[in-house]
Amino acid sequence: MARGKTDVPSIAPIKEKRSLGYYVRGFLKYFVLVFFSLCAVVPLISCVTTAFKTADEYKATSVMTLPKSFLNFSNFVKAFTTANMGRAFINSVIVMICVLLVSVVIGTQLAYVLNRFKFPGNGFIRTLFLVASLLPAVAMQVTVYNIMGDLNFIDHLYGYIIMSCGTDVISIYIFIQFMENISVSLDESAIVDGASYWTIYWKIILPLLKPAIVTACILKGVVIYNEYYAANLYLISPEIKTMAISLYKFVGPMGSQYNLICAGVIISIIPALVVFICCQKQIYSGITQGAVKG
Amino acid sequence: MANKKQSGFGKWASSRKGQQVIICAAFAIIPLLLLLVFTYIPFGEMVKFSFYKMKYTTPVEKREFVGLKNYIDVFTRSDCFGALKLSLYYIVGALVQLVLALFLATLLSFRVKGGNLFKGLIFFPYLISGIAVGFIFKFFFTRGFVFDSILQLCGFNLDNLPYWLKDQSINNWTLVSTSVWRYLGQMMVLFIGAIMSVDAELYEAAELDGANKFQQFRYIILPSIKTIVTLNVILAITGSLSAFEQPFVITTGANGTGTYFIIMNKIAHTSQKVGLASAMAVVLLLIILICAGLQKLFFEYIFKDSSADDESYKAKKLRKKQEKDTRKYMKQMTASAKGGK
Repeated sequence: MARGKTDVPSIAPIKEKRSLGYYVRGFLKYFVLVFFSLCAVVPLISCVTTAFKTADEYKATSVMTLPKSFLNFSNFVKAFTTANMGRAFINSVIVMICVLLVSVVIGTQLAYVLNRFKFPGNGFIRTLFLVASLLPAVAMQVTVYNIMGDLNFIDHLYGYIIMSCGTDVISIYIFIQFMENISVSLDESAIVDGASYWTIYWKIILPLLKPAIVTACILKGVVIYNEYYAANLYLISPEIKTMAISLYKFVGPMGSQYNLICAGVIISIIPALVVFICCQKQIYSGITQGAVKG
Repeated sequence: MANKKQSGFGKWASSRKGQQVIICAAFAIIPLLLLLVFTYIPFGEMVKFSFYKMKYTTPVEKREFVGLKNYIDVFTRSDCFGALKLSLYYIVGALVQLVLALFLATLLSFRVKGGNLFKGLIFFPYLISGIAVGFIFKFFFTRGFVFDSILQLCGFNLDNLPYWLKDQSINNWTLVSTSVWRYLGQMMVLFIGAIMSVDAELYEAAELDGANKFQQFRYIILPSIKTIVTLNVILAITGSLSAFEQPFVITTGANGTGTYFIIMNKIAHTSQKVGLASAMAVVLLLIILICAGLQKLFFEYIFKDSSADDESYKAKKLRKKQEKDTRKYMKQMTASAKGGK
């Protein structure tokens, strides 16, 4: 949008020349944008309207008709209790906080050490992390499953959390990239003042890494909250299921009660929607930075 | 004697050099341990398992060594090799997605009323979990439901419409379209970021020279973001090989929609043929590593002379100089510390 201003002076002199083509192009531009926006939201809107229908209403009416009342919350209540979504949401939050916290701490520490000190194996460690980032997670689960079994981590929330921290490679990469822009002279002056390396990390590096931490948390947070393959593999007991896999409850006998399923889907989307509306800017910049640097 | 050693160690630990070693070890041990346990040990096991006929529960001594049989199976079994061909659908889908994302990003980078709203709407699907996406599209594409109703409103006859998720001639395209729906916005936001980082003065100059929007795109935007576009083409190819989420939750791989990972998941966890699944994983990893290697070569030779690389080269040089200075400084520090003792 910043470029909007620069358009004004250059367009103004040729205002009289605006032809039919100009308006056609303007129309086409908005037509395309509206079309793609509709493509993005229509599947969601159809879910919302269906979620407010009663079972009889759902059977009797076409999926395109609006529900009789948008105040019929019974499906939401039923979906919420059937899939135990309250518990699932708490589990998701626990997993997310733990994984993000651990990832940030160990990621920034490793990045600090790799960037600031020369020691044998420094380059080798970087290569190890780079190669690890190329290995697709689903393929690795074939044998990670075996190791999780050996460690007795299957069907325990803590086991799943530790594994999720361990497969985090991207955020370490973001931190390493970001560290290169933090001037070494800051460290040096702190050393002159007699600061220990821990103090330098804690008081200087960590605060300066804040933008990178936000980026990493957003990228990682989206992945963790939505992760279902590994979650489904390792979280078996109903009381430790996360939000993303709580919806599995609707696979099977309830598979055709779409009014109920849609309500469940909407509930699972709401937290993401709230976060998206609150931190749109950070999410966009996180996506951009993560990709440019990754 | 022991006492002397102790004090020697204490002295070493409190020196700068000693502190460096301690902090390096303390900060690196946990991430390295996690990397080892959850990435490289499984990787090693995977290579080993791929030569055996075994289940997860088979005790070590009963595993049967079968040599390269699993690898031969990967390329001769129709389900494994056929699944690899399914990736072509996803590669086409990913390329279409890339072009669309680039197009929308260009539109939204210029002045547009309500641009943020459009951006938000197109982006939001990225934040929805795979299972939810699965349910949404199962509902969307089921016979006579949302999509069919929309098409009927547009004048199509229901009898002429295919079964979107069952008809083998179309169901893979249906799944690819849901994948595009989910990731289009993310890629678009990424491209908008790249386009925004182009110097705004370039557009002003071009407009003064009478360049139209297409020329601006062709001669200003595209050259400036070619690196990120190329990177995404390669990511699209590797991503397509590992396509998994959409078919897994929408069709569970039925009716010829089982991609490579779906088949692998089934072989590993349902049929418990761990050896064969490992061989499949190793083959895929090799393909991906080759792609990554090609990417590296590509960037080294094609973009060697681009200004971006020059910059990073300069940055590297600067960093090296800084590191050198630091070391010099450290030496001085340790020397002065010794002198003080």
